[in-house]
Amino acid sequence: MDVQTSQAPETVEAAPPPKAEILEICAEYGNDRHRMMDILHTVQNRYRWIAPETMEAIAEATDLSRIQVEGVASFYSFFSLKPKGRVTIRLCDDIIDRFHGLDAVVAEFERALGIKMGQTSRDGAFSLEFTPCIGMSDQAPAAMINDVVITKLTREKARDVANALRAGETPEKIAVPGFSPSSAHERANRMVNSNIRHAGEVLLGPVPQNAGLTKAVSITPTQIITTMEESGLRGCGGAGFVTGRKWRFAAGGEAERRFVICNADEGEPGTFKDRVLLTERPHLLIEGMTVAARAVGAREGIIYLRGEYEYLRPLLEEVLDERRAAGLLGTEIMGVRNFHFDIRIQLGAGAYVCGEEGALISSCEGLPGEPKTRPPFPVQRGYLGYPTVVNNVETFCHAARILDKGAKWFFDMGKEGSHGTKLFSVSGDCLNPGIYELPYGHSIWELLSIVGGEDAAAVQVGGPSGTMIGRDSFSRKLTFDDLATGGAIIIFNGSRNILEIVEYYMSFFVHESCGYCTPCRVGNVFLQKAIAKFRKGLANPEDIEYLRDLSSTIIETSRCGLGITSPNPVLTTLKSFPLIYSTMTKPTKDGIRDTFDIQAAIDGARKIAKRRSYIFDKDFSQ
Amino acid sequence: MSAISDTGTRRDTTFTFTIDGVEIRAQPGQTIMEAADDAGIYIPRLCDHEGLRHQGSCRVCTVKVGGRSVSACTQPANPGTNVESETPYLTKLRRDLVEMLFHEGNHLCPMCEASGNCELQAMAYRLDMTNPTKFPYLEPNRDLDASHPDIALDTNRCISCGRCIRASMDVDGKGLFGYVGRGIKRRVAVNGMDLAHTDAAVTDHAISAEVCPVGCIIRKREGFRIPIGEREFDKGLIGHEIEEKANA
Amino acid sequence: MPELRKARIATASLAGCFGCHMAILDIDERLIGLMGLVEFDRSPVNDIKKFTKRCDIGIIEGGCCNEENVHVLQDFRRNCDVLIALGQCAIMGGLPAMRNAVMHSENPLLECLEEAYISGRFIRNTTHQIPNDPALPLVLDKVYPLSEVVKIDYNIPGCAPTGDVIYSTLASLLAGKFRGFERELIKFD
Repeated sequence: MDVQTSQAPETVEAAPPPKAEILEICAEYGNDRHRMMDILHTVQNRYRWIAPETMEAIAEATDLSRIQVEGVASFYSFFSLKPKGRVTIRLCDDIIDRFHGLDAVVAEFERALGIKMGQTSRDGAFSLEFTPCIGMSDQAPAAMINDVVITKLTREKARDVANALRAGETPEKIAVPGFSPSSAHERANRMVNSNIRHAGEVLLGPVPQNAGLTKAVSITPTQIITTMEESGLRGCGGAGFVTGRKWRFAAGGEAERRFVICNADEGEPGTFKDRVLLTERPHLLIEGMTVAARAVGAREGIIYLRGEYEYLRPLLEEVLDERRAAGLLGTEIMGVRNFHFDIRIQLGAGAYVCGEEGALISSCEGLPGEPKTRPPFPVQRGYLGYPTVVNNVETFCHAARILDKGAKWFFDMGKEGSHGTKLFSVSGDCLNPGIYELPYGHSIWELLSIVGGEDAAAVQVGGPSGTMIGRDSFSRKLTFDDLATGGAIIIFNGSRNILEIVEYYMSFFVHESCGYCTPCRVGNVFLQKAIAKFRKGLANPEDIEYLRDLSSTIIETSRCGLGITSPNPVLTTLKSFPLIYSTMTKPTKDGIRDTFDIQAAIDGARKIAKRRSYIFDKDFSQ
Repeated sequence: MSAISDTGTRRDTTFTFTIDGVEIRAQPGQTIMEAADDAGIYIPRLCDHEGLRHQGSCRVCTVKVGGRSVSACTQPANPGTNVESETPYLTKLRRDLVEMLFHEGNHLCPMCEASGNCELQAMAYRLDMTNPTKFPYLEPNRDLDASHPDIALDTNRCISCGRCIRASMDVDGKGLFGYVGRGIKRRVAVNGMDLAHTDAAVTDHAISAEVCPVGCIIRKREGFRIPIGEREFDKGLIGHEIEEKANA
Repeated sequence: MPELRKARIATASLAGCFGCHMAILDIDERLIGLMGLVEFDRSPVNDIKKFTKRCDIGIIEGGCCNEENVHVLQDFRRNCDVLIALGQCAIMGGLPAMRNAVMHSENPLLECLEEAYISGRFIRNTTHQIPNDPALPLVLDKVYPLSEVVKIDYNIPGCAPTGDVIYSTLASLLAGKFRGFERELIKFD
C-alpha cells in the first residue's frame, strides 16, 4: 500500500513533557549531573525528544545551566532536540551497507512509511534516519529500530519490517520473532549472528570459568601487573599501549578512589569484534575487569557500551547480576577481604569520538564526548579526577586468560612485539565475513585466503583511521609494527570506486569530529570537499599536493587521535592508488583553469533570464 | 623566582628549558606559554587569554617538544627540554589554522567593525597570510542576535575560541554562553532564547573588547569611534607587548 | 646604452568598486617616476578597451560575479605574462561575495535577485522586475575569487590596498626583485 509522501514535515509538533516527570527522572539518578547521559537517555526513550523546557528542568535538578544541558543533548546523535517518532528506524549507511543494497532498503522504507530519510511521520509514529556503522558489517545492510537490531536487510525484508511496524508490531517482536527466547544470550543471538568463523586458543575457544580471577586472588596486585607486563599484551582497541604499564601507572601514587572502565564503544567502521565478545564472552570480560580492579585497587567499574549495542544491555545486566549473586562482584569477592568491586553500565548515544579514552571519560561524567587535555593522563587523573584504567573489551578478556594460562603462554604466540591472538572483524567482498581469532603476524594474503577474499583489489586494514592497501602490499603483515589494527578488515573487489570509499570515510570523520579543535573540525570538511572535487573531475594537478599538505596540517595540530588519523583514508589511498587521483585532475592550460565550469556557473541565470549567453553559448547570436 | 623554605634558606625550585635555542627560566607547574610570556617570547595564540582557563582548542600555539606537536598553552614546561616555536614549519602550520578559521566563518575585514582590533586578522598579519588559500569558504548563514539593547552577536564571525564562555562562567559568574552541537556544527550559543533573555550586561568581562578576539560580540554604539588605520594592531604587531618585555 | 623597453601594463575592474584603481593614484608623486618605467595598454585609465599588444603585467581589481567578468579575466590571462590580483575582492571575492553566504535556499540566485530588486525592505523599484536587458551579462551562481578562474601570479591585499603597498610591489616587480610584502604593509581593510 502506498502512502502519501509529499507533505511529511521534518518534525512534528509535540507538547513538552510535564516538568514533574522530568524532575522525577532526575531524582532517580540522584540529581547527579554526572549521570546526565542516563537522564537524557531516559527522557529520550520515554518522550522521544528533549524539549527546551525539559533541558531547563534538568538544569534545575542537576544545578547546571540550560546551555550546559543543551551542550550534552546536542552533542550525541541519539538525542534529539526535535520530537522523534515513537519508532525511530536508523539505517546504517556505512560504505559496506551502500555496497550491499542499501539504496533498495531505503527506497522500501520510504515508500512503506510514507516519509523520506530524515523525516518523522505526521502522526508521530515513525522517524527514518541514517546512522554510521552500527557494528554489523558482516551482515549488512543493517538497521536499528529503537533499541533492537535487524540485519541482512533486503528490499523484501525491509518491506516486511515496515509493514509489521505499521501494523503495530513491536520492534522487539520483529527482531526476535517466534517464541520468547529463554535467555538474554539466546535473544541476542537470534537478533544478530555472531558469525564466529575461526576460534583461536585464547578468546573464542573453550574458556574455563573464572580461572583467571581465581589465580588473581591468589597472588598480589603487583604480581598481577608483572604478569601482564611479561605477557606482552598491548591494547586491542587500536592504539596498542602496553597494558601492564598502563595498570602500573594507575596503581601508583595515593588516591582515594580508582576506576576501571571498559571501552565497549567500538565505533570504527567495519569493527564488530567487541559485539561478539560481549555476546559470547561477557563473563570473561567482567572477569578481566575484576582482575584489573584487583591489580590497581579499584572498587568501581564502568562498561561504556556504545548506544548502537543497547540490545546487548539486558544480557550484560543479567551477567552482572549472576556474578554478584555468585560473589564474583560486590563486596569481598571470592571471599577475599578488602576486595570489593562492582560495575555499572554507561550507555553511549551515538558518538564515535567517545572511543577515545578521554572523550569516553567525559561522556561517563555526563559531559559532551570531548577528549580531555593531556597531561594529566587518565591513569593519573581520569574519571572524576581519579586514576582510571580504560581498556578495550578484548584487552580485558585477554588479561583474564593470561592470568589463567601464564604470561609465557601468551607471549609465545604471535610475533616479536605483537604477542597473543587478535580478533579480526572481516567484512566486505569475501565469501565468509565474520570474526576470526588468529595469532598476530599473518600476511594479508594469508588472511584473504582464509576468508575467501583472494580477488580483493583493496583492503582497508583497521577501518577508516587505518590503512588502505592494494594488491602490491598484500604481503604486509598484521602486527603492531607493520599493519596495526583494532581488528577491522574491510575487503573491496575491483568493481568498487576507491574515491567513493574515501569520500564516504571523510564524511564519516566530519560527522564524528567533536569540533573542539580547529584542524579536525574545519580541516576534515576541507578534505571531504577536496575529495568531492576529485570525484567530479574538478581538481587541478596541484590539488594532489594540497591533499597531502592539508592532511599533514590536520595530523600535526589535532588534539586527539581522531584528527591524527582522520586524513588516513586520503593519505593511504594516495600512496596505494596514486593513479586514481592523477587521472581525475584537469591541468590548467595557459593559466586558464579548466576546473572552473562556466556553463554550470551561468546555468541558473540563464533560466531566470530566459536567454542564452552571447559570450559563452557559441551557437547563439543576437 | 625562588621559594623560601621554613628554615629561611632559599630553595630554588625554578628550572630552565629552551625555546628556539633561547634558555628561559620557568617555575614548576607553568605551561610552556606562561613561561615564554614571562621571558618575553611571544607564542601566537587565539583561544588562550590572560586570566582565563587554558583550553588548547585553536591549536595556533602548537609547538614541537622532542619532535611531538603540543599546544603550548596547556603543555607543562619541563626542565631541560628544547621547544621549537618560530620555525618556518610551525609558522606554516599556524598560518593554515588561521586560514581555516577565516574560511570557516564570514570574515570580511573591510566591513567588520573589529577590523584593526581583531586578533584573527592581526594573527594573519603576523603570520604573513597574503596569498589566497585553496581552502573553500564555508559561508555560514546564522541569524544575528541584536535583541539586547547594548550588545549584538554575529556568530558568523565566531571562531569558537570560547573565551566568552570562560569569562562569563569564571569571571562574571553568569554562564551566559556555552558550546552546543558537534563537529563543524559546534558553535557558541547563548544560555537562553536570545541575549535579551539573559542577564548579560555591557559591563561584563565576557562582553568587553578584550575577550572576544573577533567581531562576534559587538557593543552597540561604539563601532567606529576609532577610525580604521588608528586601531590597536595598526600600531603594532600582535604580541609586541610580550616581546617588549624581553628588551626591557 | 640602449634604453630599456618600458613594461606594458593593462588593468581592469571586475566585480569591484573601482576603489583599487583610485588607490593606484594614491601612489602620488612617485607615479611620475613609475610612468618612466611603464606604459599603459588596455585600461579604464586611458579608455583603451582591447589589448593592442601582449602585456607584461595585468592588474585586476574585483572578483567574478558575471560572465563578462570571466570573459575579461580570461582575456587578461591570455594577454599578460604576469597577472596581479589587486585588493580583497580580487583575492577572495570581497564584499560582493557576501551574497555567497546568504544563498542557501532551493533557488538561491533567484532569491538573491528578488531580494535585491523586488522584495528587499528598502527597494524602490516601480517595475517590480529583475532587470533583464539583453545587454546585461548573465550573473554567475556565486562570486568567484580570481584564482578559481585563472592562475594568478601575485596578490596585493587591502580594501583598498594602500598606495604604498601598490607602489612597492610594482616597483620591486619591475626591478625583478619582489620577495614578498613587508609586514607593516599588509592590511585587509
